[in-house]
Formats: sequence, C-alpha cells, structure tokens
Amino acid sequence: MKQLLVFIRKEFYHVFRDRRTLLIMFGIPIAQILLFGFALTSDVKNAEIIIADHAQDINTGQITAKIKASTYFLVKEANINTNDIEAAFKKGGLKCVVIFPSRFGADLLHNGKAQVQIIADGSDPNTAKTLTNYLTAIITDYQLQISAATALPYSIVPETRMLYNENANGSLNFVPGVLALVLMIVCTALTSVAVVREKESGTMEILLVSPFKPVMVLIAKAIPFLALSIAIFTLILLLSVYVLDVPIKGSISLLYIESILFIITCLSLGLLISNTTNSQQTALLLSMMGMMMPTLIFTGFMFPLENMPRIFQVISNIVPARWYFLIVKAVMLKGLGFEYVWKETLVLAGMTAVLLAIALKNFKTRLS
Amino acid sequence: MKVLGYILQKEFLQIFRDRSILAMMFAMPTIQLIIIPLAMNFDVKNIDVVVVDNDHSSLSQKFISKIGASGYFRYVNAEPSYREALRYIENGSADLVMEIPAGLERNLVREGLQKVSLSVDGINGTKAALGAAYLNAVIADFNKSLPLNSTGGTAQKNVQPVIDITSSNWFNPLAEYKYYIVPGVLVLLLTLIGGFISALNIVKEKESGTIEQINVSPVKKWEFIVGKLVPFWVIAMIVFSIGLAVTRLVYGISPQGNIGVLYLFAAVYLIALLGFGLLISTYSNNQLQAMFIAYFFMMIFMLMSGLFTSVESMPAWAKMIANLTPITHFIKVVRMIVLKGSGFADIRLEFFYMILFAIALNGWAIWNYRKTS
Amino acid sequence: MEEKVIICKNLTKKFGDFVAVDNISFEVNKGEIFGFLGANGAGKTTAMRMLCGLSFPTSGEAAVAGFNVYRQQQMIKRNIGYMSQKFSLYEDLTVLENIRFYGGVYGVPGEIIKSRSIELVEKLGLQQEAGKKTGGLPLGWKQKLAFSVAIFHQPKIVFLDEPTGGVDPVTRRQFWDMIYEAAASGITVFVTTHYMDEAEYCNRITIMVDGRIEALDTPRQLKAQFGANSIEDVFYQLARGAKRSAD
Repeated sequence: MKQLLVFIRKEFYHVFRDRRTLLIMFGIPIAQILLFGFALTSDVKNAEIIIADHAQDINTGQITAKIKASTYFLVKEANINTNDIEAAFKKGGLKCVVIFPSRFGADLLHNGKAQVQIIADGSDPNTAKTLTNYLTAIITDYQLQISAATALPYSIVPETRMLYNENANGSLNFVPGVLALVLMIVCTALTSVAVVREKESGTMEILLVSPFKPVMVLIAKAIPFLALSIAIFTLILLLSVYVLDVPIKGSISLLYIESILFIITCLSLGLLISNTTNSQQTALLLSMMGMMMPTLIFTGFMFPLENMPRIFQVISNIVPARWYFLIVKAVMLKGLGFEYVWKETLVLAGMTAVLLAIALKNFKTRLS
Repeated sequence: MKVLGYILQKEFLQIFRDRSILAMMFAMPTIQLIIIPLAMNFDVKNIDVVVVDNDHSSLSQKFISKIGASGYFRYVNAEPSYREALRYIENGSADLVMEIPAGLERNLVREGLQKVSLSVDGINGTKAALGAAYLNAVIADFNKSLPLNSTGGTAQKNVQPVIDITSSNWFNPLAEYKYYIVPGVLVLLLTLIGGFISALNIVKEKESGTIEQINVSPVKKWEFIVGKLVPFWVIAMIVFSIGLAVTRLVYGISPQGNIGVLYLFAAVYLIALLGFGLLISTYSNNQLQAMFIAYFFMMIFMLMSGLFTSVESMPAWAKMIANLTPITHFIKVVRMIVLKGSGFADIRLEFFYMILFAIALNGWAIWNYRKTS
Repeated sequence: MEEKVIICKNLTKKFGDFVAVDNISFEVNKGEIFGFLGANGAGKTTAMRMLCGLSFPTSGEAAVAGFNVYRQQQMIKRNIGYMSQKFSLYEDLTVLENIRFYGGVYGVPGEIIKSRSIELVEKLGLQQEAGKKTGGLPLGWKQKLAFSVAIFHQPKIVFLDEPTGGVDPVTRRQFWDMIYEAAASGITVFVTTHYMDEAEYCNRITIMVDGRIEALDTPRQLKAQFGANSIEDVFYQLARGAKRSAD
C-alpha cells in the first residue's frame, strides 16, 4: 500500500510539473464556455441587406421603416439592378435583396394585390432561410395592419411554458456538451501519452521489473488524471452556475458519481490507444486530432442525433460521450434522479468494463 | 540552397517512414469528409409531441389531426393526464406536451378565446423555440379554418389587400445545407491535419535531442523552418485535392469559380497555417504540451470560423477574434469561390490578409526558433 | 610555434546573477586532445556551448578555428563537429540516410559522401546495418556512429560532450581509439568527461570548479603538482571546495 502511494506521488509530479499544459487544460473549458455562452449564436443579427425600392411610395416607405427597425438587418437602400445582384453576392457581405417593383403602391391600392421579391444568397442556406422568414413575417404583418379586419372573432391561443428553462437561457444545451467534450479529450489524450511516453523513454521497463503488479502501475498512473479531471469538471460546473446562470437542479453527488464513471471510461479508452501505438505522436494524433470532430458530432449537442441518417444514429451509440451527455442533461438540467439514468449508466459501465478488459489483456501480452 | 535540398530530403524520408501517420493524414480527412456533413443537419423536423386531450370532442380531434398533418410533428402518444405526459419529456422521448382543456368548443363559443397549454423541453433552445413557433403557425391556420370564423367573413376577404411575396435562393435554389457545410468541413479537416502535425514536428526534435545537432551545424534558421514547411505543404495540398474530389464525387459540388484562384488561396493559407503550427512547436517543450496548445487554438478556430454559426451575428469582440484567425477567411473564400463562383477581384482583400498572416506567422516562428540564446 | 585552434580569454557567461562561466582563459593546439573535467553544474557545457556558437558570451574574447564567437558563429559552425551524450542522430532514418543528411548539411559534395560513407560503414563493421534505422542499434554502436558522423566533414575541431556515457568498457576503449585516430589526422578534439581514467588519455586537461578553471596542464604534471597518484585524486582535492553542489 505504501509502495502504491509512492508511485502515485511520482505520477502527480509528472502531471503537475508541466505548468503550461496544466494551464491549457483548464483554459480549454474556460474558452469553450465563454465562446459558446457569449460569442456563438445561431440567430442572425446585423445581416447586410439591400432594399431596392423602385416604387418610392408610402407603402414601400412604411415597409422599409419596419425592416429598418429590426435588429436583424443592416439595411442599405440602393437602386440595385437585377444584373448587379449576382456580382454583389459574389463580393460577399451582402446577404439578401428585397425588390419592390415600380408600381407596388399603385397595384396594392387599385388591384388589391402587389408583388415583392426577396432574393437571398443561398450559399449560406441557414441565413438565407432565416432572413427570408423574418422578411416575410414583417411584410405579412404589414399586410395585416393595413387590412381592415384583423383579429378573428374566435381563436385558440397557445400558452407556452418552457420547462427546465423558464428564462429561455440559450446556454443550457451546450454545458453538458462541453463537459463531455473536454473530459473526453483531456482524459483520453493524457492517459494515452502517459503510457506511451514511458515506453518511448524506456522507463516503462524499469517500472515493470519493480516488485509491483502491472495493474498497480496503471492505477497509479490513472489516479492523478482522475483528480485532474474532477478539478476540471468542478471548474466547468462553477463557470456554468456563476457565469452562465445555468443552475444545477439535481443531486450534485449523483452528478459527480456519474462523471467519475465517465472519466474512468475515457481513461480506459486512452489506455487502449496507448497499447496499440508506439509513439507519442501517433497516440496524440489519434486521441486528439482524430477524435475531435467525431466526438463533437456524435455527442449530439450541436446537431440533433435524430436528424442523422440511421447508420450514424447506430454509430453514435458507441461514443461514450453521447451517453454521458444524456446523463448530465437529465441530472443537472432536469433534476432527475438515478431511476431515470440507470440505463445510460449501465451502458457506460459496460463500455468501461469492455475497454478496460481489452486494454489490460493487451498490456499483459505485450509484457510477456 | 543545396543545404535546403538535403533538409527536404530528410524531412520527406521521415514522413514516408512513418506509415501510420501518413495513413492518418490521408484517411482521416477523407473518411470524415464523407461522413460528417451527412451528420450535420440543423433542420428541425420531427418534433415529438405528447397530447393530453381533456376534451375528447370532435373539435379537439380535428385540432389534433391538423397538427399531425403539418408534417413537423410526430405523435409519441396520447396520455390521460399531464403528469403522465410529462414523464415522456423527462426521459427524453418527447419535446413537447400539449394539453387541451375540457370544454374546448364551449369555451370558444362563450369567451371567443380558448387557451391551450404547451409545455416545451427548454433545454434544447433552438428546437424548443422552433417547435413552439411551428405550433403557433399551425394553430393560427387552424383558427382561420374554424367554422365559427368562416361564417360571414367571406365578403370582407375580397377587399383585403394581398402582398404576394416571391422568394428565391441564388446559388443554391433548394437552400440545401450540404452546399454550405461541405466546403467548410473540408477546410476544417485540412486545418486540423496541417495544424496538429506541424505543431508536433519541431518539438519532436527537441525531445529527441536532434535539434542540438542541427543547431551546431551551419543550417540556417530559415532553412530549417522552410525544410519543415515544404513537405507538409505538399501533403496538405494533396489532401486538399482529394477533399475537392470527394466534394465532387460524393456531394456533387464542383467549384463554380476559377479553380486556379482556389488553389492559389489554399497555397497561401497553408503556408500561414503551417507557420502557426511550427510557431506552437517552437514554443513547446514537449509533444503533449504542443498538442494541447494546438488543440486549444484549433478549437477556437473551429468554433469562431463561421463554420457552424455566422461570424456577422457575433458580438464585436468575438468578430475581432474571428477575423484574426486565418481559417475564418479561408472558409469564407472557399465558400465564395466554390458556391458563388467569385473571382480574384472579389477576394483580393482576403488574399492580402492571408499573405500578411503567412508572413507574420512564419516570421515569428523563425524568429522564435533561436539557435543562439 | 604551434597553431592555436581555440583561443579563449577571460570568457564569462552570466544568467542573471548566476555566473555560469567565470573568466576562463585557455588555448588549445591543433591536433590536441583537450579534456574538460568538472562536476555537473561546474560550467563545462555552458563553456562548450559558447565555443560551438550556440550561445553568446557575456564578456571576454574567444576565437574558434580562427573565427570570432560573437560575429562569426556561422563560420565556426562550418568548421566544427559536435556530438553529445544523448544520441542525436535521427532514429527513424537509416545509418546511410543519417550520414548523407549530415554530410550534405555540412556541404560535403554528393560524390564524396557516397564514397566516404561506404568506407565508414566498412570501418565500423556496420555493413549489415547500413540500411536499417539507427534506433535499433546497440548504444555502443550508436555512439561510434555519432562520432563518425560528427567528423564526417573533416572539421578542424570536434566537440564531444560526455561522449561515452553509459557505454561498456570495451566499447569505450574502441571509442578512444577512434578519437586518437581523428587527432592523428589533424582534427583537434575537445572532450568533456566524467570518467577520470579517460582524462588520462588526454594530452592536456582542465578542471573546472564553480565556473572557474582551477587547473590546466598535462595529466602527468597535474599529478605531480598536486602530489596525487591519479587524476581522480587531483579532481577530489579541487572539487572538495566546490560551492555548487552536483545534482
């Protein structure tokens, strides 16, 4: 037991000696939380649009004023020629053009029907769709305003309540996502390198000839990473509660237990990677470069899993982060108890057992 | 110049010696480029609804089937009580619970107004907001078709002015997301490869001690850095070409603009990117450190680049960061050239920026790789 | 008058307040084997790095192969070879590839690289291993190969930083044979070492303590001067007063 403590202390030295890596490891979640919380928005704001008003009458003036009043748009009025629109789109910047034909007001007055054209730069389809929808809504609203009878005499009115998120805080969904992403990358990369580095420098052999079981060597290596990961986890929780105002609704101890389980899953994965590679470079590239995008995609916090092709939904099942994401969402944000997440927990535990078994088996065979 | 030749020869030898990394450099972007865009789909469809119908009238049935017919919603189940319906949201199998109160029609006739309560899972903000918005639209439509409203309204309808809105999306008539995302993912993968691999390179020589041997030799700083840069540049250009081929063969997207301009821009971008990787490498003491620093920046690049969300909508400080990252400009230009067919004149400013990035990052890397302390 | 290939006058290197190398002066003759002794931290490596053009002195003068260490580092680098205790050839390149790379970097013409590397491989008895990666070679061979590569371009001076660390006695003996051979061909050898028996092989030795040169002479004269039986004794007498502890 005393020997184990000596080993663990040595491993702690390894981890905490490299201050710069340590700093970066805490910097990654901080930057992610800040960017997701304050910089990234799927909303469209300040989109550059041109209103080409060939009519210049009261109606077009009123609609233009309405559009200008919205924060979505940065309006420029110009008599752009249809032939010049393509060139303007190609230059970039311009997102959308609204064209009022010369007889807009007159048509509206005399025929009761006028036309307006919206041309959007479809190379960014999301923005194009959103802008078209906003513009359509504004124009439709104007149409209602000028028509005599507005409200229907009888109507069903929806009364919407946001569950778990009364203030419509946009940060909710990604907090569990960032947790899953950061823990996955940090644990997996650190573990895989820790073992490979000893292999590269030859110190692994020294450890293995010591009167110490190989399993103990691995445990000693894993403990500092576990401690570090828990510290990072705590930091993310603090940030999300105090900076993003995302409350922890469920049991904190359950959250910690589930997180420790997930960390162990990642450590096992890192161990497996280290067993199958011989150089730090390969281990790092595999665990960081190779896994960056798949983890981001298949965790399901940026892109809804149910929209993906069937086969990807099946693939996503083998991504541990995906299950952890579900657990954190349920426990932290919805305040649910263990009875709601036991299935996910079981899946994670099963994955850990399998990964660890393969890794240990490989580890032993390499020794003999 | 001759010395540079020997350095290049050595670098190429080392790269081709490590087959696993070479394979990773080519296979990773190719496979991920095929898979990832398919998985990136922002469209919100199939919002799962649980209905609690306390009315059980023909009107409530009509109402429910109207919602079902809209195409956005999918019925999970009908439950007798709100409590039970809520369980579906708790375990994640429903996004929305709609509760229709008893006496729907009676209240409607008597009060002219009937509230229907919607409880939305607010955790996924986008989905919740869109789901509620869709439902509001469906309900508004349903209101119009109410038999109560259609009596006596017909005369008025003819007088109502109508604005006919026609909208079109240029360069992408069906507004398909793949046109947007595929070129972006291609750039991102190229960036990951170039950034990570170059970041690991010099630090690897530091760790193994071979850099000392180089430092006492007459190899000049710039020769060493250029020797590192060129092989990765060549590989990255090949990866870029493979990526363009995948874009065309798998997604049917071929560049609308001049491919020469595209390659010219890519060439300069890669010099800037690799310079950045080497810069990280010169600042790091070991490979783990280099990798984490690279990861930190790659993550910021990825999130700020406008790949997922538009740069224009960011707050001012974030926009500034975005503009200071080379990848933002490259993604923008690739989309412009590939999707819109923009010419060199349209991207001249971006090109100028990119040259500045390339000079600044490489100059810094050379300066920081000091042979003498 | 013998040709001086290293001339060093009042050379000093400070890192902040710490004086790593304190006002050292010495001269090294052409073809000499010049030993540099000292405990860890005595300033040997710092002194050597200044002479190799890897760092600038804080003050003092030095010329290596006739070139000034302040202004002509590039010329110095062309005229020296260097080998450290840590194996510094590329382990993922083969023996021949390493030779070709370093030969090329020092501007040895391609034809000569080819012919000379065949000779070298034969001399070292590495014919079987010539096409294999150096990472797999035994340590002794690695060090012999590294030394051969360091003098491949026939430099005026070769700097060896504890070249025989961790090598078995037989290989060490062979290694010193190679050093003698190099010296005989006119290459000046500047070597730092821990092994006191190796110090006896040098023409002249200096002993550094706390950044200063405390003794400089032939091994025989030093022993006489200090009344000692071996250089080891001399070293202990001098090092006892050291303030900087060896790590």
